[in-house]
Order: sequence, then C-alpha cells, then structure tokens
Amino acid sequence: MSVFTPQPITHGAAGQSSATALPLRVRNLHKTFTLHVLGGKHVPAFHDVSFDAPAGGFLGIAGASGSGKSSLLKCIFRTYLADSGSVTWNLTDGSEIDLVQATDDEVLDIRRDEIGYVSQFLRPMPRVTAIDLAARPLVERGMERAEARERIADLFARVRLPRDLWDGLPILFSGGEQQRVNLVRALAVAPRLLLLDEPTASLSPDLQAEVVTLIGEARDRGTTLVGVMHDTDLLNRLSDQVIVLDQGRRVA
Amino acid sequence: MSAIATLPTEIVRHDHVASRNAEQIALKVENLEARYGRGCSACHELTGPEHSTNVCGQCGTVIACADVSFAVRAGRTLGIVGESGSGKTTVLRCLYGDLNPAGGTASLMTYEDGRANLFTASAQVRRRVRNFDMGMVYQHARDGLNLRISAGGNVAERLLAAEWRRVDQIRARAGHLLERMEIPRSRMDTPPSAFSGGMQQRVQIARALANGPAVVLLDEMTSGLDVSVQAGVLDLVLELQRTEGVAMVVVSHDLGVIRLLCERTMVMKNGRVVESGLTDQILEDPRHPYTQLLVSSVNA
Repeated sequence: MSVFTPQPITHGAAGQSSATALPLRVRNLHKTFTLHVLGGKHVPAFHDVSFDAPAGGFLGIAGASGSGKSSLLKCIFRTYLADSGSVTWNLTDGSEIDLVQATDDEVLDIRRDEIGYVSQFLRPMPRVTAIDLAARPLVERGMERAEARERIADLFARVRLPRDLWDGLPILFSGGEQQRVNLVRALAVAPRLLLLDEPTASLSPDLQAEVVTLIGEARDRGTTLVGVMHDTDLLNRLSDQVIVLDQGRRVA
Repeated sequence: MSAIATLPTEIVRHDHVASRNAEQIALKVENLEARYGRGCSACHELTGPEHSTNVCGQCGTVIACADVSFAVRAGRTLGIVGESGSGKTTVLRCLYGDLNPAGGTASLMTYEDGRANLFTASAQVRRRVRNFDMGMVYQHARDGLNLRISAGGNVAERLLAAEWRRVDQIRARAGHLLERMEIPRSRMDTPPSAFSGGMQQRVQIARALANGPAVVLLDEMTSGLDVSVQAGVLDLVLELQRTEGVAMVVVSHDLGVIRLLCERTMVMKNGRVVESGLTDQILEDPRHPYTQLLVSSVNA
C-alpha cells in the first residue's frame, strides 16, 4: 500500500477534454546563452523543441551529454528563461498559462502548488535537518510540521535512508543520500507535474528499483512526469513516450 | 535541533495583519528616483550602467537611483543586489522616509488600500505609515537603535509610536519579541551598547517587528557579523517569513543571503535596475553582463 495520502489536487474527472489530457505543451522552444564574461560568446542550448506530455504519463527525454536535456527541464521550471517559444501548462482550475511569459509571482505559486523539480544535486539549507528540509514544501502548503515530518519519515524509510541521518545535516551526506532526500522532498507533495533530472544517477541498483517504484506510484496517482536519464534501459522501462535530443534539436 | 521550533507562534497582531490576503501586493514602487544635487535635463541621459556612472557629466548631480519599479506580495521577499553605490540602500531609505525621493510613487496595501502615493503624503502621514505599517533593520545598529536606552526600551519606543498606551502590555510585547529573538528577559533592561553585534541586530529585528508591520526592510543586516552569528540571525528571519506573512525587501551584496531569503531578486548598477527575476533564474541564467560578472565572481 502506498504511503501517500490523497492530496487535495484534482486531476479532472473522466471524460476530460483533450486539453486536460495534455497538461504540458511545449512549442518551438529556443534557448541560447550569451556569455558576456567571455566576450559575448553564444552557447546554444536547444532549438525549436516541441512536445506534449500526456496527463499521468511519463515522458522520457534521451540524448547524449550536452544535448540540451537538462536545460530543457530548467526552461520548463523557469530556472532558465527561454528566448522564444511557449510552455503551456494547464492549471488545476482548467485555465492555461504560458510559463515562459508568466510573472515571477505566478511561477512561484505554480511551483508551490503544482510543479516539482528534482535534480541530481540537493541544495541543502544551512542548519536545516534532512527531515525538515524534505518536509518544507509540505509545510509551505499548510500541513502541520509534525504530520509533514511523519510523512517524510515514511518515505525516508522506503528509500532506506539510514534513520540516524534523518536529523542530520544533508550537506554532510553522500551523493546518493542527498539524492534520496531530494526525491522524497519532491515526491511527498504529489505535484501535478514532476520534472526529474537524472533522479537515479548516484543510486545503487536496488535503490534505483525502489525509486522506480515510487515514481510509478506517483504516476498512478495522476502525476505527469518528464524525466531525463542517461540510463536508456531504465528510461525506456519508465517512459510512455521518449523524445530524443541531439545537439539541441529534437531528432525523434 | 534549532531553538526556533519550540518558540511560541502566537504573536500579538493588529487586525489588518490577521485579515491580510496572501495574494495581495503589499508594496508597489514605480519609477522611484532619488538624487543628490539640483539635477538638469541631461541627468537621465548621462547616467546609468551604459555610462558606468551615476554622476551627471553636465551638472555633477548624483542620480542615486532612477526608474526603479517593483512590487512585493504579502508573504514574499524581494532581494536587491548590486555593488556599493548602486542605489540599493537609497531605495530602502526612500521607502522608509529617511530620504526624500525626487520622483516616483510608492503604495502600500495598508495605506488607503494602496491607492495613494506615499511619497507625496504629508510628513505627518508618512510618519504614521512608518510607525504603524513598516519596519526597518539597518546595517549599523547605531542607525536603528538608541544604544543608550535598554533593549526593551528600544522595542517600546516603536510600540509607543504606534500608539500602544498600556505599560504592562508594552512590556509584555517587548519581552515576548526579544525572547523570540533569543535575547533573554534578564537582558531586557540592558542597553544594546553592552551587546554583541549579533545581539544588536536581533534587537533591531524585534524593534522592526514590534508594530506588526506589513512591510519590513532589511539593509545588509548580516554584514560585519561572523558566519556563525550571521546564521542565527538568518534563521530568525526565515522563521519570520514563515509565520508573519510580511512582505520583505532584503538588500545585500551577499548572494548566499539572497539565495536563502529571497524568492525574487532585482539587480542594480549605477542607480538603475539592470535585471530582475526569480532568484534561481538570476543566479543560474543571468542575462545582463553585470549580473553575469557578479554571479561568476562567487559561488553562491
């Protein structure tokens, strides 16, 4: 049985319109970095990328290192600002918003309420313990701290994070331990969209399997996932659809 | 385990605090301009980042800041970064009424429902807004505190200004706030001149929060403190963000502080805003040459 308790998030009832079946639509997205520190050098990230992510499905993004996969995820999350194109997100209330054009405050609301992002690197907060760090998004959504900690404890146990680390400082953790804190932090809030950048990169095979199970559970609850992974076997196993980037262009 | 977790969350609030709508813009600033000097018709043309100066070449006027616009929602924190002399502190001083702006508007949700321009209000009204709705933490404790009267007296001063009249209530509130700031009640009657730098900053924060303000302005509040003391002050500010629902504007040249405290960040250079955005976007995808230089100079 899942440790997730139902979230007060609606995913649209049966008979949903085609628009809600495609909660995320990326169209003609471009991103080039201009590095003024290096004399205005242009570093292209990706060009003219379009795709749809089906509701409650897993869309995999494959490609070699430097093909623009991670940059694409960061553009969807608005950590990077796209030069042109659109990222249309269907909000819970059925309205649509272009995350490229949305105001900062709107993006902050959507990040709090609907979209999660997990990278392979944890960004620890100084002096905040692993369990409180992972519980923070739940608390920000209004859950009591004790209840949030309980939910995180269940998930920490699932990903076999040693119990004596729960009240430890993640800055002192190994890469694999940090990654599990990061994943639990994102999965606990059950976002409507979860962006995963190499979520299993530094995990042993048995832990990978557990994480894959957790991702599967998130999907069963209706979370739409967009994931970047080097491990093509794993990516193919998880994904309902895979798109391939090569030097910043979608080739499949 | 941090001591914050066990602190009482109950805090005396004015009615407008309790009814605050999280989606509301608490503070809105448009085209703020401040200058030192007479000013001339060429001032705007001849200053700014493209000229690498804020001194007008024609009349010698210093354009401390110009065309500064931003809005901060209740419960959110805006960071302002930039080098010394970029105008960040000027913005705070204009808002708090320490400096008279040459132009622009500022509206506060708690003043005339945000429909009136604070900058053109009478001195009396400005003082009232400052006493009831705003709080400020200065870089130097000597600017924000009366170092010769007791710590409790410093907080009480603000409460008196906000028309608290009952001595027992004032004393209880001051003691409660200082305790939240981890200043023991036994030190309440000690003047801050006998406190360490970190403690002085915590008294300033208690003072800034005394009146239950809608907007709190923090100017380089951790500069000059050693790292472990900084940490204690930052933890308190983080806790306040979670519990108080105030809008904050944080001025700092420390990108680590900005990343920790601010969801959004504005970058200033030579008195102008050169870039603004989500803090993670400013730090990871900076677009203006100055921001790129700033971010590439440190590991925040």
